Amino acid sequence: MDLQILLLLGQDGLTNGAIYALLALALVLVFAVTRVIFLPQGEFVAYGALTLAALQAGKLPGTVWLAVGLGVAVVLIDGGLALKSGNLKRLPRIILGNLGLPLVLLGLISGLEAEALSALALPLQILLTLGIVVPLGPLLYRLVFQPIASATPLVLLIVAVALHMTLIGLGLVFFGAEGFRTQPFSDGAVEIGPLLVQHQTLWILFASVALIALLYVLFERTIYGKALRATALNRTGARLMGISTTMAGKLSMGLAAFIGALSGVLVSPMTTLYYDSGFLIGLKGFVGAIIGGLASYPVAALGAVLVGLLESYSSFYASAFKEVIVFTLIIPVLLWRSLTSHHVEEEEE
Amino acid sequence: MHRKTLIATLISLASGLAASAAWADINVGVSLAATGPAASLGIPEKNTIALLPTTIGGQKVNYIVLDDATDSTTAVKNIKKLISENKVDVVIGSSTTPSSLAMMDVAAENETPMISMAGSAIIVEPMDAKRHWVFKSAQNDAHMATAIVEHMTSNNVQSVAFIGFADAYGQGWYKEFAKIAEARKIKILANESYQRNDTSVTGQTLKILAAKPDAVLIGAAGTPAVLPQKTLKEKGYKGAIYQTHGVANADFLRVGGKDVEGAFLPVGPMVVADQLANDNPVKKSALEYVKKYEGVHGKGSISSFGGHAWDAGVLLGSAVPVALKKAQPGTKEFRKALRDAIEGTKNLPAAHGIFNLSAQDHQGFDQRARVMVKVENGTWKLIK
Repeated sequence: MDLQILLLLGQDGLTNGAIYALLALALVLVFAVTRVIFLPQGEFVAYGALTLAALQAGKLPGTVWLAVGLGVAVVLIDGGLALKSGNLKRLPRIILGNLGLPLVLLGLISGLEAEALSALALPLQILLTLGIVVPLGPLLYRLVFQPIASATPLVLLIVAVALHMTLIGLGLVFFGAEGFRTQPFSDGAVEIGPLLVQHQTLWILFASVALIALLYVLFERTIYGKALRATALNRTGARLMGISTTMAGKLSMGLAAFIGALSGVLVSPMTTLYYDSGFLIGLKGFVGAIIGGLASYPVAALGAVLVGLLESYSSFYASAFKEVIVFTLIIPVLLWRSLTSHHVEEEEE
Repeated sequence: MHRKTLIATLISLASGLAASAAWADINVGVSLAATGPAASLGIPEKNTIALLPTTIGGQKVNYIVLDDATDSTTAVKNIKKLISENKVDVVIGSSTTPSSLAMMDVAAENETPMISMAGSAIIVEPMDAKRHWVFKSAQNDAHMATAIVEHMTSNNVQSVAFIGFADAYGQGWYKEFAKIAEARKIKILANESYQRNDTSVTGQTLKILAAKPDAVLIGAAGTPAVLPQKTLKEKGYKGAIYQTHGVANADFLRVGGKDVEGAFLPVGPMVVADQLANDNPVKKSALEYVKKYEGVHGKGSISSFGGHAWDAGVLLGSAVPVALKKAQPGTKEFRKALRDAIEGTKNLPAAHGIFNLSAQDHQGFDQRARVMVKVENGTWKLIK
């Protein structure tokens, strides 16, 4: 083992760790705001990557139909409620807010020829992908979690598992069993010291850091971010202050979908992704989030980077036991956390 | 009598055919990996089952296809259901080695012949009371490993590094390959493993590079086999790269693109059926299947896995008429006669080779069941 191998492994671990860190942040965010352990986080990664791959192949990705379908369902429910209460003025907003973007994208993509679609500039394709996948977050929150928002964390977790299974199944229907790889953002590599670093690696690191900075600004400087933080700290208190917890839930799930889809878009040129790849990636982010106690953003992000590094080095030393080593990390962490932190009873229990 | 009606009702419910599921029909249970990580194996197999003959020896054949989602627990559930509810005479499946191994116990316990479509030789070796009931239509890994080692020795490869799946497929390949390579004085410098859905194999690759082998063998199946080869190339590896026959489908070429150019691998002759010499005994039977499959699913849609399902059908096609002379379908005697008939198969040309089974060899292929190919310009090129 020489220095170069050490560095290469470190670089690989950092790259993967950056992605895990993003997912860990999304998991902490969703948990803090809605108390949902958001297992389907990984599915957004797969959906993001595979939607982009479908666009690049000139095909209409099935996720568009999912967005439209969910939008219609939400419009029917919310519209029905609005009609019942005689609040007709809200109807246009409900329809536009839930169905507008999916329908526009559906029209846009099906209006384009296959060649024109695959020839679109990469940033546009990525924008389309995000436009398709991100609305899934709030829509799913409205349909799945909002009606049971006050249930115990255990019920929410079970529902999250069910949602995860459903989304995986839909992924198989939309994209088929085979894996896809997308084109890299830019080909080539740069030499940094003794290392040859692929451009895509730099993109991932850059995007992760930028996103984390963006989240920081969002939480510290904007009214929406502050509302999210308030909801996370004390739901009842936040509601008394006039913060809509429903809005906070939708927003957090939308952010989670955005982070997930963007992670998928970032890793898809590096590796082949399958309809069910997201779960394992999400799970490693989850280990990071656990290290942060599902509460601390910086510790969760650092934990996730640690997971990436551990994974990389253990794949060198003992490749057969890689997963074992990575997931066993959770045991000492839990032990340490339960010994050092005071256990706070859930308010519902 | 009551029980019988109940079971008959169950069968008709399950198959959705109220009257046609009569007792005299031959029921073939199929459990394969139509979803899950091995779906790229299971889907062409499922498509092929739909092409198998619906009458054999004048008897109607019903195929009951279940999906095991590449999960061995589900595979066991499936075979139990097929045997107890559908009263099948023979089971085809599953697509992967772990699932097949799990199903084997149930097949032997219920004395129902089973034809696996998976690769590893441990499904039919060493012969024992359980494997008495188990057959295998796909080439043993040993057939393929021998082809690789032969190609290595004739190309002056003296040291090899191995990287494969951390499951029965990868482990099985390593064992077979190590055995044969050692006999031929090829040194194995590294043995690394990775998971099907890993997103990075940089660590393993670096270890392989540090060992400086003449060639690398990737013991993986389907599109996940692209990742090690891609990473090796990225890190500047210049030696020969060998893949196993588990990658022989169009999706591997699509996902791999230019990253998998130049890979050597052994495949069943069916994959390059039209490139075979005219006097090759497998050419006719292989082309028959290729034409039939591509006729339905379009040109270039063929994959070697579907061929294994076809060959299971070929085995049945020759064994069922023999067994019918001895007993009625649906009985224990018929299942036994069918087992004996499959075991007695001689010189039967199939899509992947010529079947010559015996009490000791429940696979039955020889060296005619594999050829070496190279990935060239995005297609398989036969190496003469």
